Amino acid sequence: MTERVRVTGPERRSRPLARTQDIDEETSLGSVYVRSLMRAQLSLALGVVAVLVVTIGSLPLLFHLVPEVGSASVVGLPVAWLTLGVLVYPWLLLLGWAYVRQAERNEQHFTELLGPHDQTPSPTDG
Amino acid sequence: MNDLTALPGLIAVILVSLLTLLVGTWGMRVSRTTSDFLVASRTVRPTLNAFAVSGEYLSAASFLGIAGLLLAYGADMLWYPVGWTAGYLLLLVLVAAPLRRSGAYTLPDFAEARLESRTVRSICSAFVVAIGWLYLLPQFEGAGFTLATAIGAPRWVGPVAVGLVVLIGVGGGGMRSITLVQAFQYWLKLTALLVPAAVLLVVWTRDETAGSLGAGDPAWSMPLVGSGGAGLYTTYSLILATFLGTMGLPHVVVRFYTNPDGGAARRTTLTVLALVGGFYLIPPVYAALGHAYGVGSGDSSTLMLDLPRLALSGLGGELLTGLITAGAFAAFLSTSSGLVIAVAGVLSQDVTSRRLPEIASFRVAAAIAVLIPMGASLALPNFGVAQSVGLAFAVAASTFCPLLLLGIWWRGLTPTGAIAGMLTGGAGSVVAVAWTLSHGALDGVTDGWADVLLGQPAAWSVPLAFATMILVSRATASSTPRHARRFLARLHAPESLDLERS
Repeated sequence: MTERVRVTGPERRSRPLARTQDIDEETSLGSVYVRSLMRAQLSLALGVVAVLVVTIGSLPLLFHLVPEVGSASVVGLPVAWLTLGVLVYPWLLLLGWAYVRQAERNEQHFTELLGPHDQTPSPTDG
Repeated sequence: MNDLTALPGLIAVILVSLLTLLVGTWGMRVSRTTSDFLVASRTVRPTLNAFAVSGEYLSAASFLGIAGLLLAYGADMLWYPVGWTAGYLLLLVLVAAPLRRSGAYTLPDFAEARLESRTVRSICSAFVVAIGWLYLLPQFEGAGFTLATAIGAPRWVGPVAVGLVVLIGVGGGGMRSITLVQAFQYWLKLTALLVPAAVLLVVWTRDETAGSLGAGDPAWSMPLVGSGGAGLYTTYSLILATFLGTMGLPHVVVRFYTNPDGGAARRTTLTVLALVGGFYLIPPVYAALGHAYGVGSGDSSTLMLDLPRLALSGLGGELLTGLITAGAFAAFLSTSSGLVIAVAGVLSQDVTSRRLPEIASFRVAAAIAVLIPMGASLALPNFGVAQSVGLAFAVAASTFCPLLLLGIWWRGLTPTGAIAGMLTGGAGSVVAVAWTLSHGALDGVTDGWADVLLGQPAAWSVPLAFATMILVSRATASSTPRHARRFLARLHAPESLDLERS
């Protein structure tokens, strides 16, 4: 016995989402798309991590090898306290902000690649 | 100490407790389902959620501990707050959005969904409970000594008071009401830290008898003076533990499931970076003031509570100490609540729900989650709040961090690999923690390299866990989960794509 389906008209939101099915069904095309998104997001993340390692991770070594840097005084504060106590925080926030912007762009690009082309006309089309 | 000077502190503690309970009781009326209890039905907006995450995260170690450590050990200790903040950046770039998109309630849920294995789930549950209790213990102990210092209460009063308020709050309303309580407690903590610091700075500039803030004292202002290679190792190990441990803390992770979607999870984390970083600008001010007023390093653990009384005699000092006590008590309550929710969530899913209906099982689990560390804090001798919290980070970084990173970014992770990696990293860091706690090496005095390596295990236990997880997964590549590819697609594809998200 087959299930009864009540037909009330066309679905409100037509779904020309052909290519998202590629992903659901793990076709080779779909996995190529996802792999490219993952690669973009991973290299973005690793890029941020690399910047973090170079800018903040190098500080203990720097203070260890060249103690004069840490004890030098800028605007009345020792450099070690100024960097680790104050400057680190806006820097972390800036890195985070830049990451979120780029990560959302990557996703947008991916959505445009897969999504229906006929749904949202761009402003220049008018 | 006579009763009158203790009055502001006592009133502050009672007010914070009442307010917490009031919001908790109100939450009881709106929380009906398990989803409400565990993840506030995923309806928390990013800004509110960020307040709550920050309120929960800034524990007594941040509120009271850092200033004391800075005073006693100098600039090296700045790495604790730096690491606790930078951990959120790594959480943001590597974990936040995919973790939310996984659709799981808790860390064990994530592990089971990703690896399709009940065994992995059980091991994760055990680690959630272990890390949660390791983190809860110093909260209770800290509450004991704070109330003893601020209002002269016996040492058992703090743990019992915090335990009771948390139990009523969490058991009553679960995540939905706790979200509001914790958001409120962030602002309370910030006020309680900022206002006394500002007042004391003004007092200091007018006080000719007070000393300098310490900027000219090279032994104090220089990081790593005289500690050589061991000091460098300890610093890097601490950096690794805090940077990578944050993403593996059960009470932090459980908050990410309350976001509506992956994008919201990212925006929440970004706001948390701002809120937590802003908070950590203040403790160095207390350390500098402590230096100016000649607080000895022996008294550093109660620095924050003693400082107002040293700088201001009479009612003014007592009022400021009262405000700081309120902030500290809010810190104990909010962090403990978050940890208890995380531990109780896991316990109720995996243990008590087999015998009891859903919400009753959550309440029983919450009672177990509170009573065991509370009892332990009454029975065990004291140890430094900030450092023992640091050890919880090391265990989290050695177990959940590799699981999350490889689970989210590497299709080749197998259940056997995950188990082997978590057990290796977990065993290494837990043995190191047990050794360190039992030898009382937390005072910073170490005898040799063995103590140094065990005192701060992350630098070897984290790479060990990663290596084991990768190598064993490679060796058992045939048991890669069947749906790994599809699961990863779901983690990384934005919600707007309308993939099937079963």
